[in-house]
Amino acid sequence: MSCWETLADYGLRSLGYGERLLPRSDFTLCQQVVLIGSGMIWNIYFGVLALLSGFFLATAAAVGKASTNPVLQRLSNGFIFVFRGSPLFIQFFFAYFLFVALKGVSPVFDAFSAAWLGALIVLFLNTAAYSGEIFYGALQSVPKGDMEAADAYGLAGWARFRRITWPTMLRLAWPAYTNEAIFLFHATTLVYFSGFPALQQRGDALYYASYFADKTFNPFVPYPILAIYFILVTLGILALFGLVNRRLNRHLPQEQRARMKFRPNLLR
Amino acid sequence: MKKILLGTAALAMSASMALAQGSVVRLGTEGAYPPYNFINDAGEVDGFERELGDELCARAELTCEWVTNEWDSIIPNLVSGNYDVIIAGMSITDERDEVIDFTSAYTQPDPSAYLAMDGAEVDFEGGVIAAQAGTIQASHIASSGATLLEFATPDETIAAVRGGEADAVLADKAFLEPIAADSADLALVGEDVLLGGGIGMGVRESDTELKEKFSAAIDEMKADGSLNALIEKWLPASATF
Amino acid sequence: MYRAARATDASIGTTAIFSFCTDPGTLGDAAWMACYLTTGKHMALYWSVGTVLLLLAITAPVSLAFGFGGAAAARSSVAPLRWFGKTYIALVRGVPDIAYFLFFVIALDQAFEYVRHKVKCPDWDQPIRQGNDFVVCAAAKLPLGNAPQWMHETYGFFLAVLTFALVFGAFAANVLYGAMRAVPRAQMETAEAYGLTRRQCFWRILVPQMWVFALPGLSNLWMVLVKATPLLFLLGVEDIVYWARELGGAKTPRFTDYPHGDWRMWYFLALLVFYLFLTWVSERVLARVMARLTHGQATVAGEAARKAA
Repeated sequence: MSCWETLADYGLRSLGYGERLLPRSDFTLCQQVVLIGSGMIWNIYFGVLALLSGFFLATAAAVGKASTNPVLQRLSNGFIFVFRGSPLFIQFFFAYFLFVALKGVSPVFDAFSAAWLGALIVLFLNTAAYSGEIFYGALQSVPKGDMEAADAYGLAGWARFRRITWPTMLRLAWPAYTNEAIFLFHATTLVYFSGFPALQQRGDALYYASYFADKTFNPFVPYPILAIYFILVTLGILALFGLVNRRLNRHLPQEQRARMKFRPNLLR
Repeated sequence: MKKILLGTAALAMSASMALAQGSVVRLGTEGAYPPYNFINDAGEVDGFERELGDELCARAELTCEWVTNEWDSIIPNLVSGNYDVIIAGMSITDERDEVIDFTSAYTQPDPSAYLAMDGAEVDFEGGVIAAQAGTIQASHIASSGATLLEFATPDETIAAVRGGEADAVLADKAFLEPIAADSADLALVGEDVLLGGGIGMGVRESDTELKEKFSAAIDEMKADGSLNALIEKWLPASATF
Repeated sequence: MYRAARATDASIGTTAIFSFCTDPGTLGDAAWMACYLTTGKHMALYWSVGTVLLLLAITAPVSLAFGFGGAAAARSSVAPLRWFGKTYIALVRGVPDIAYFLFFVIALDQAFEYVRHKVKCPDWDQPIRQGNDFVVCAAAKLPLGNAPQWMHETYGFFLAVLTFALVFGAFAANVLYGAMRAVPRAQMETAEAYGLTRRQCFWRILVPQMWVFALPGLSNLWMVLVKATPLLFLLGVEDIVYWARELGGAKTPRFTDYPHGDWRMWYFLALLVFYLFLTWVSERVLARVMARLTHGQATVAGEAARKAA
């Protein structure tokens, strides 16, 4: 069987298309590369959606934590503490437990015990908490002068936040936020590993990598393949976030811009 | 029985020890698959295979030591030399036989069974069936018409049936039988499925001497009926030799 | 999953702590619970808390050392060393830690045994790889085949520490590398103007000043490290998660004196509290260290501290 056929049979296997059965004997390198790559679809799905949706909650949590309203502050603080303070797999466990219980209450929750929705919600909350803390840190370091200048221009409230505070906060938080994005993509490997069940052998990259490690009894091929895929994803994230960083800093003088890149990663 | 459990291993000090590689034989098991092997209240390996392994080591005049290892990596760790024998309810299959060697089987081929909520009508061809990932049962369901739902541990598969996530769970009958007997809400359903060969001890392919010793001890126990006695005690639902 | 083999020690926990625990079936709720929570298995759980804390205590400084080495290498003027440092950081940071944990321990173990085999048994005529088997001479085994169990466990623990340190060392290197670049250029230029050598500049000017820039990143890394400890069970160390799973699963009366249903939720709740507590303590301690380090520094936080005083 040529590698092209393998790609046609298993390229979308993680979504349930193509061959029904996974390969069971005579495993080829091509099969491992294709299936693990197919699983990456899920890692990217979880990573991208959680990051995009988490961004908004993170901003809200950061603003809440920095606000003077004690209720908002406590709420944001508690949310960030719980989700940053506990291991992800425990969050997965409780979420799955809760979703299965909710299913008994109403059929509305049927989809929640499946990984595509349930795990996404957990990852969304988790990354929102981590990014919220990063944004909060950045919010605290917005230069006082910027705010005074905004006041002088007569900007206040929402306009000041949208045009001055928020862009500056993003600019300051960006290097650390890039790291968080990388961590989040790594964390997506835990979904099937210790959280949610795999249906019909549709899983993420780690699921297929461990399938092959289990069937070939040789961990030294599938896991390095997985590692290479993740290095590629990480390079992609760095490139994409680098572009945004350039845009965020486009008003700064060249020399200062170059230095921005090497700001210490204040928070993960 | 208590007496055997208290000793770490059957210590067979004899002149032939030097012959027996001059050192300890390490027995690897999972420790999460009653009645074959499990961790008892005191935190030790216990069960059918504990008793059997201790007896085999005594007969083969070997000093043995028990270690536990995750099921998923039990074969890679054997071939890498972290222990010398797998004794973990492992069915003899062709795929495994390509990588490691097996001693003679010490149980008859063990039937697998379905466990479901008591009184439930299970569609074995089209329903949702849970299994532990990486087991022969999981591959059986994958090739049948049913929808396979895989979990990392056997406990989670049972919980999935209780929680309504799966219609039934397919696993070794000897594992499911005590659960069905002790819980009012669960019952064995449908017909048994015969998968795999009997259970044997796994050894490295380069370890022929050790394999011969254990095979000889197993055959001896089969001949004098002591193996049947152990099977009747721990695996009442299984066939004897 | 690549659990190095571990033995169950018969000497611990075979005797119950309370004398009334001989027949748990007849006990009242409180007494039953007291007996249940002091079984040998639970003792193993309590021990594993110590194991996790010990691992954290050893891994943190070792990772820091690896990170320091990596960062120093990455900014070295010797090109191969610089490439090595940068590759180490990029490679390890790019891959999920779990992927390393899944095969690193076996790989490390085999690498050590391979080297020992080459040194100790030069005239061994059989191949090391026999089909699927990895066979080294008896003298090269780590630990030796007849070594007592505690040696096997210590070796497994050592491999786990090394794996964790290699992975987290790369992250620490990234943080320290950034921190070294954050030390104001003028400081280094002044030092050079005073005629300090490269080495002196590095040790006397750069290293003492970089910590304040590194601390936020490092403290965050510590939090990540704490939360990575549940992955220890992949590395062959009996950690709290392993025991919580084992103890929490439903138990039938045939195999235990203390049958119960699926109690994983309660055990995981205890784990949750444990981790939250650890985070809480860490946050307090790190805030204090930060306050100390920023004292007298010409940064925003240092300025704020000065004003507050």
